[in-house]
Amino acid sequence: MTYIRKPKFQHPQLETNELGLTRRDYEGTLTTLCGGCGHDSISAAIIQAAAEMSLEPHRIAKLSGIGCSSKIPSYFLGKAHAFNAVHGRMPSVATGANLANKELYYLGISGDGDSASIGLGQFCHIVRRRINMLYIVANNGTYGLTKGQLSATADLGSKTKSGEESLYDNIDLASLAIELGASFVARSFSGDKKQLVPLIQAGLSHKGFAFIDVVSPCVTFNNTDLSTHGYKNTWENNAALSQVDFVPMREEITTSYAEGEEKDITLHDGSVIHLHKIGNNYDPFDKEKAVMHINQHKAEGRIATGLLYINQTTSDLHDLTNTIDRPFNVLGEQELCPGNSTLMEINEAFR
Amino acid sequence: MNSPAGAKIETLTKVNDFVVKFANVNGSGSASANTLFAKAIFRMGIPVSPHNIFPSNIQGLPTWYEVRISEKGYLGRREGVDLMIAMNEQTIQKDIDSVVSGGYVLYDSTKSLPEQMAREDVQFLPIPLTEICIREFEKPSQRQLFKNIIYVGALAALINIDFDVLTGLISDQFRGKEKLIPPNIHALQLGYQFASEHFQCPLRLTLKSSDKTDSQILMDGNTAVGLGCVYGGATVASWYPLTPSTSVVDAFGRYCQRLRIDKQTGQQKFSVVQAEDELAAIGIAIGAGWNGARAFTATSGPGISLMQEFLGLAYFSEIPVVLFNIQRVGPSTGMPTRTQQGDLLSCAYASHGDTKHILLFPSTPKECFDFAASAFDIADQIQTPVIVMSDLELGMNEQISEPLEWQEGRAYDRGKVLNHEQLEGLEHFGRYQDSDGDGIPYRTYPGTHPDKGSYFTRGSSHDANAAYTEDGDVYAEVMDRIAKKFDTALDYLPEPEIRENGAAIGLLYLGTTTSAIAEAQDLLTKQGVATDTLRVKSFPFHQSVRTFIDRHEKVYVIDQNRDAQLKSLLKIELNVNESQVQSIRSYNGVLITAEHISRSVLDSQENAGE
Repeated sequence: MTYIRKPKFQHPQLETNELGLTRRDYEGTLTTLCGGCGHDSISAAIIQAAAEMSLEPHRIAKLSGIGCSSKIPSYFLGKAHAFNAVHGRMPSVATGANLANKELYYLGISGDGDSASIGLGQFCHIVRRRINMLYIVANNGTYGLTKGQLSATADLGSKTKSGEESLYDNIDLASLAIELGASFVARSFSGDKKQLVPLIQAGLSHKGFAFIDVVSPCVTFNNTDLSTHGYKNTWENNAALSQVDFVPMREEITTSYAEGEEKDITLHDGSVIHLHKIGNNYDPFDKEKAVMHINQHKAEGRIATGLLYINQTTSDLHDLTNTIDRPFNVLGEQELCPGNSTLMEINEAFR
Repeated sequence: MNSPAGAKIETLTKVNDFVVKFANVNGSGSASANTLFAKAIFRMGIPVSPHNIFPSNIQGLPTWYEVRISEKGYLGRREGVDLMIAMNEQTIQKDIDSVVSGGYVLYDSTKSLPEQMAREDVQFLPIPLTEICIREFEKPSQRQLFKNIIYVGALAALINIDFDVLTGLISDQFRGKEKLIPPNIHALQLGYQFASEHFQCPLRLTLKSSDKTDSQILMDGNTAVGLGCVYGGATVASWYPLTPSTSVVDAFGRYCQRLRIDKQTGQQKFSVVQAEDELAAIGIAIGAGWNGARAFTATSGPGISLMQEFLGLAYFSEIPVVLFNIQRVGPSTGMPTRTQQGDLLSCAYASHGDTKHILLFPSTPKECFDFAASAFDIADQIQTPVIVMSDLELGMNEQISEPLEWQEGRAYDRGKVLNHEQLEGLEHFGRYQDSDGDGIPYRTYPGTHPDKGSYFTRGSSHDANAAYTEDGDVYAEVMDRIAKKFDTALDYLPEPEIRENGAAIGLLYLGTTTSAIAEAQDLLTKQGVATDTLRVKSFPFHQSVRTFIDRHEKVYVIDQNRDAQLKSLLKIELNVNESQVQSIRSYNGVLITAEHISRSVLDSQENAGE
């Protein structure tokens, strides 16, 4: 039950981060999702990511839509404000929230029904508007809460537990995000924490719109061998482009990689992404190649995961519209109201 | 054509009391000439109210500009036209027919009028406008545009518009583009000269300078709303273009560019987002409101329909947001460029489930400004959406109004928001806890305190601590508390304006109906029917609305919609008995007239007497 708080009991030697906080300080309430749900692994990855980065939990605003995915903000960062909006409309709420206060971290959690069907329009437009946030889609190819209908991300021919087969091509949110101008696009798998945690950390540090499509199996309705969003298929066909390590700006870089096999990407806040390449030289700075790469893998029945695309030099909506440095929500009448004498002048123009 | 020689026309003699109507083709540049005409009369100190009756079209369809001139200050529409400027061949027959007996028709006589259009009881004023333009101006665009200015010049001679006022307006209009001033003045002179030479000037419709508009302004309601948002501290405007609400955000953006740019850095203290649709528009405003910025959106009927789900979320999760509904004719696409008060019910109870929303009903630009600014305070105080209900008539037409005013030192009331220090001293924070017994809980902005004050905002059922619940009793408690909030809201909402003189009959109305009331009362008084009035300024209704109805034998509730929506609201909210109220309705897309109101009252009185 979401309203059952976790016991405060904790191991006395639990590791603390730079803020003196333990992982427990980044947790939320007990999950109400099915045992084994991929979404719980995403919650755990977010907790680990934020704790390792020593983020202040209350400086993060969690936003979600409707669906199993959108419930998970309850299960992590209990000290942060959260907003569970209407179905498919989290992007607009996130846009407004971000406009009101540019100083917080914004973490959006959505699902495939929420972002690829009812909210596809809003998803496209938040990407275009370059809202500075990390937007995660917990993608299981199915509508869990309504008991297992196919979603728009289900691959052609994929079958649900009830045997319903997808007759249509899927919508690939990662390709779409790249095409629409997202400046950080990754795909991962809820079962691959080693890959997912640094991606989340990098996405939070990235300035601009960061998107991670996380394949997150629905154990109850869409986890058969015939489902392309099930554990079996995802494990077998996960094609990681690169191993990603994230180094927050405060840490010294100690690991070294062999020349030619790694790439350092410095983010806006000074933190660094180490890309440790696996296989072919993949260039995450090339939009066209990124989309091609995704499509090629798809044609082979494989899932391209890792950091697919990044442009760490872009601006966000606040830069584009040249808003003042202070958050709007601290401005009062002194800063905002032009006063009566100005109004008298305005009246004059209407005489 | 001229009136047949020898025909005796009984012309009316009217000073500062007549209706001039311009029939034009949309996109022909007539708007600025017609505005010039109305503004000149305003500057002469004479009360004037122009009404655009325009098509949903960019170029080619008929458009009218109807100007009521009234020394007495009757600013509503009046039936019948005294002087028609018939510039549109598509509609000329109907336009001539609409002129009252003894009136005038000014037309472009470059082409002669067909015989069948003649009327013996009106006087025709033929001016070869096209011919003059071809002779005097070289560029085709000038030939088109100056036709309009020439007829304004002719009108100056015909009805005694102060020529200096006209030239003064031209100079004001083209400040910074001075080389446009001489040709415009030349065009005015051409018309003036032609009329002086060919007609007996002035006509029996004449203007006489007065002092009735001295301190006032002539402004459209949407401009006043936009300014109200600037003064009220709005920083986020999200919107989707929709007639007739578009000019609200236009005005806000324009004044922000002037008044909300940080002097040192050149950075903006506002953000205007053109959203992908109305759902996103209200979503953005709600997100910003949740996070502590004052935010609004502006729309009209179709947008209201799309925003329903989000309005329910803001109601139930108690988020301040301001919405301007510039009503137009529904249902569905309806008549996008015509006026109606057709969204009262769909706004009062917008969204599924038990909901209710605060509505404000301005009737002048001054009130548009005041209510817009106050709406942000009220939304913050009550933590709920506030919908300001204007309409196309008020929003898009210039209206005579008291000047706008801002009380120096007025502070924004952000309602019950806890800051870091307050949270520090608090043992327990419950977002939806009714600590003060007024139904209004305390809220916090994200990021305020490391350990205290965070909560989970949701549209699903929640308890006093904002935690999810499916406990029916807890749900009902929250719903009851929210209902209580709306009782508290009455203390923050503008009271109705009541004018009472002990009459047995009352007129009850809101918004733009106001413009017809004083005149309707005078018409009724002439027929021996005295009336009291009550103008509703907000919803939910104050108890004084109910007692006003109870004090009168019969109250006529005036609605500019088919289904008597205001009357329905009174019955739902105040338990008003059907026998106490009678409906007067007007829903033809143009502003209700005083004649319609007085006729309806008289008919009903007669029927009752039979």
